Amino acid sequence: MERKISKQPIGIYIHVPFCVRKCYYCDFLSAPVDERTKEQYVQAVKEEIYSYQENLKAYQIQTIYFGGGTPSLLTAAQLQEILFCILEVGEIQDPSSLEITVEVNPKTMDCKKWKVYREMGVNRISMGLQSSHDEELKLLGRVHSYDDFCRCFEEARSSGFQNISIDVMSALPNQTLEQYTETLERVCALQPEHISSYSLIIEEGTAFWEQYGPGKSLEQQLPGESLEREMYKKTKTILEEYGYRRYEISNYAKKNFESRHNTSYWIGTSYLGIGLGAASYFDKSRYENTRDLATYITHAANSEKRVVHKEVLTREDQMSEFMFLGLRCMKGISRKTFAQKFGHEVEEVYKNEIASLLEKKLLYCTEAGYALTDYGIDVSNYVFMHFV
Amino acid sequence: MIEQSKIRNFCIVAHIDHGKSTLADRIIEKTGLLTSREMQAQVLDNMELERERGITIKAQTVRIVYKAKDGEEYIFNLIDTPGHVDFNYEVSRSLAACEGAILIVDAAQGIEAQTLANCYLALDHDLEILPVINKIDLPSADPDRVKAEIEDVIGLDTEDAPLISAKMGLNIEDVLEQIVAQIPAPSGKLEEPLKALIFDSLYDAYKGVIVFCRIFDGRIRKGTKMRMIATGAEAEVVEVGTFGAGQFIPCEELTAGMVGYVTASLKNVKDTQVGDTITDAENPCVEALPGYKKVNPMVYCGLYPADGAKYPDLRDALEKLQLNDASLQFEPETSIALGFGFRCGFLGLLHLEIIQERLEREYNLDIVTTAPSVIYYVYKTDGEMVEITNPSNLPDPSEIDHMEEPIVSAEIMVTTEFVGPIMNLCQERRGVYLGMEYMETTRALLKYDLPLNEIIYDFFDALKSRSRGYASFDYEMKGYVPSELVKLDILVNKEEVDALSFIVHADTSYERGRRMCEKLKGEIPRHLFEVPIQAAIGGKVIARETVKAMRKDVLAKCYGGDISRKKKLLEKQKEGKKRMRQVGNVEIPQQAFMSVLKLDEE
Repeated sequence: MERKISKQPIGIYIHVPFCVRKCYYCDFLSAPVDERTKEQYVQAVKEEIYSYQENLKAYQIQTIYFGGGTPSLLTAAQLQEILFCILEVGEIQDPSSLEITVEVNPKTMDCKKWKVYREMGVNRISMGLQSSHDEELKLLGRVHSYDDFCRCFEEARSSGFQNISIDVMSALPNQTLEQYTETLERVCALQPEHISSYSLIIEEGTAFWEQYGPGKSLEQQLPGESLEREMYKKTKTILEEYGYRRYEISNYAKKNFESRHNTSYWIGTSYLGIGLGAASYFDKSRYENTRDLATYITHAANSEKRVVHKEVLTREDQMSEFMFLGLRCMKGISRKTFAQKFGHEVEEVYKNEIASLLEKKLLYCTEAGYALTDYGIDVSNYVFMHFV
Repeated sequence: MIEQSKIRNFCIVAHIDHGKSTLADRIIEKTGLLTSREMQAQVLDNMELERERGITIKAQTVRIVYKAKDGEEYIFNLIDTPGHVDFNYEVSRSLAACEGAILIVDAAQGIEAQTLANCYLALDHDLEILPVINKIDLPSADPDRVKAEIEDVIGLDTEDAPLISAKMGLNIEDVLEQIVAQIPAPSGKLEEPLKALIFDSLYDAYKGVIVFCRIFDGRIRKGTKMRMIATGAEAEVVEVGTFGAGQFIPCEELTAGMVGYVTASLKNVKDTQVGDTITDAENPCVEALPGYKKVNPMVYCGLYPADGAKYPDLRDALEKLQLNDASLQFEPETSIALGFGFRCGFLGLLHLEIIQERLEREYNLDIVTTAPSVIYYVYKTDGEMVEITNPSNLPDPSEIDHMEEPIVSAEIMVTTEFVGPIMNLCQERRGVYLGMEYMETTRALLKYDLPLNEIIYDFFDALKSRSRGYASFDYEMKGYVPSELVKLDILVNKEEVDALSFIVHADTSYERGRRMCEKLKGEIPRHLFEVPIQAAIGGKVIARETVKAMRKDVLAKCYGGDISRKKKLLEKQKEGKKRMRQVGNVEIPQQAFMSVLKLDEE
């Protein structure tokens, strides 16, 4: 007899807010810290995980993702401690189908660490490269060279990792199309399973903002809109030649190597964000942890003090998120899924919006529903605005 | 009853920022009716807006008791006057209620344009003028030079002029003693029929209209059947009283020489026009006090609610403001671009700004203001003359014989080093040079005739920036002159936007059209398609700019932690879009409709 207990799928995200040095463009919650703080943090993360014991009973863990910051700055043992803690608290149906990703910085790895990662069950690696040109890496404030990266990639491969993702960046100051495509081609030559390519965003509060922000002295060095869009289009062309398919605005993968964890954000799967400033989505609510390290370390297990923001999503919120997150995926949103989730046809709820966006050729009809056209991607915020 | 010989009715006149309100505060403080704790920073300027802008908008009045060195107690009625050229008529009525005026002159800056204008106004009303040199604490103060200037330019004796610092409270008593000694006591005839001057009024939700008046002859008390001679309104007096600091103090009766208030459950300040004469309906005086005139707006613009659904709220708010401000006029109008709104008339640009701010602040309304316009006289070929306040209503050029525009005579006081730049400015604004007088070797008074429509757009700002803040300015209406005027239309994506049209002189139309297009290019957001912006006169395009199509509006990253923030950004973007005005298929932000006001900013 088959026991049928339907448990909801859930992803776990662990935020590691530490780095060797802050990159100039980075606006993530991350900073260099001492060993003692790291250890305190690891213990706090474990306490937070334990505090979810009850909540997790209704869920089945599908993916685990260590992001940052630089998660590989933790010792292998610390990472393992956290991972085991998750496995102890949560339920996993089939360990072989569990996706466990760790983001790594090339400067923080060695053969021994790779080996431990493998042994503890990490099966996906996300490497931040950003550029294959050392002068660009220097400009960005990265701590590694292109050679460092290549060595690291080889080590990962020889340690047995068969699902590796590489992050690159376009639209860097003074970057030419040739420089960027060179990076893309070098990366493709390494044959990773997955590539993310992000157009540089100058965020407030970063070192770059002071130099390249609106009205600042070096703003003119940023590529103009048309060059930026050219780089974006070139990304798809080149990566397709090498067998990668764009499955989200900035993400490309070989067949069956899409990031399952990240995809869960766009299709509305629940996730628990553990750690400093981490965001969660479960029981139709969004939560956000404190961004204050001392508060987090002291109150990790106390949701009252740890959670600084909670939002219960109304039905309208959920529908709107379904649309603007789902449309980030190239295959678009499914009419059927919408109807199943919300009991209404998507065309009923967003009649005028869909009609107008189809007419403007920002959306097109797929077999299952609707997806962004190429121009729809370029102005996707404008498209998404219709659904909020 | 108070003896008239113990009353002193006076006001304070000064150029803006020379310390009028500060001196008023000190006088009130020294006379002891208020403790220091009760003193707000500036007692008389009690509207929030006034305090922020540091100017007095509505005339206010206070009655204080001063025990002079001669041992007698005197009643001082200090009538505060508005400090801006927009409110010149109100100033003149306040002056008419007084026997004397304190003329404050800044010890460092000396005489300025409004010093002269206000001083002449006071002399016109035969007031005894008491010069006072203020701000002697400033390092740059030069009282002797300023005294000499007052003697030379105005011809007042300054030998006894008190040298004070209102800010520091220095020598205020000299001022008080001089008020007693120099300002004549009123000399009304108690037995004559009632004759009182309305110099202000305000609407109170409980008492109805509260009329501020100066009794010249006779007496008024509860039960008096009063009549306003010009408006003909009649009402029975409910209460009379005097002005405490910030409060009304009822009394038995007001008699000749006194300043006070009267209530009579009147519902509208329109019945109690400033300058009108109150008399006793049962025993009326033979003739009204001189000087009454109906104040007419000089500047018009369209006011529209940002949210069309708020139209009734805007109407209510304007009606409420009008209860207190008889010079505010409005009537409904419609615009293709802006929907339903009101064409409103104001005394000047400052008055417009004040009303707009009060609507936003006190009534919580988002307002779209169209370009201000003056009243043009349009003589049609069929002989008819129409007054145009809204450019959209201008008849077809083929029906127009000629047009006339209002001209003001302006006086600009400026230090000699800036005479050149200011003359250039006046030239650019089509000014006709009338003459220049040197005040002393370093300062000059420039006299120009200027078209009113050239000074309602950013003239003050331009004046300040081209003289590093040193120029001061005053003007009065002179009349109408024929002028070569054209209507400049703005087309956005080939559609004419009525709310952006304005009337300009033919000679400056190309330049203005070009600047307008440039300005709008910066204001109109990018659309999915290219948006041409054109300026046209009579269907002929004279300038063009293009808002390029939107190429990119995309967020590269959106993961778990970004979703809430991202959603808020989208909501904000949508909210911003909602607040724009749809013209054809183009969305125009509200501030774009005010672009015409800022054409001279470089």
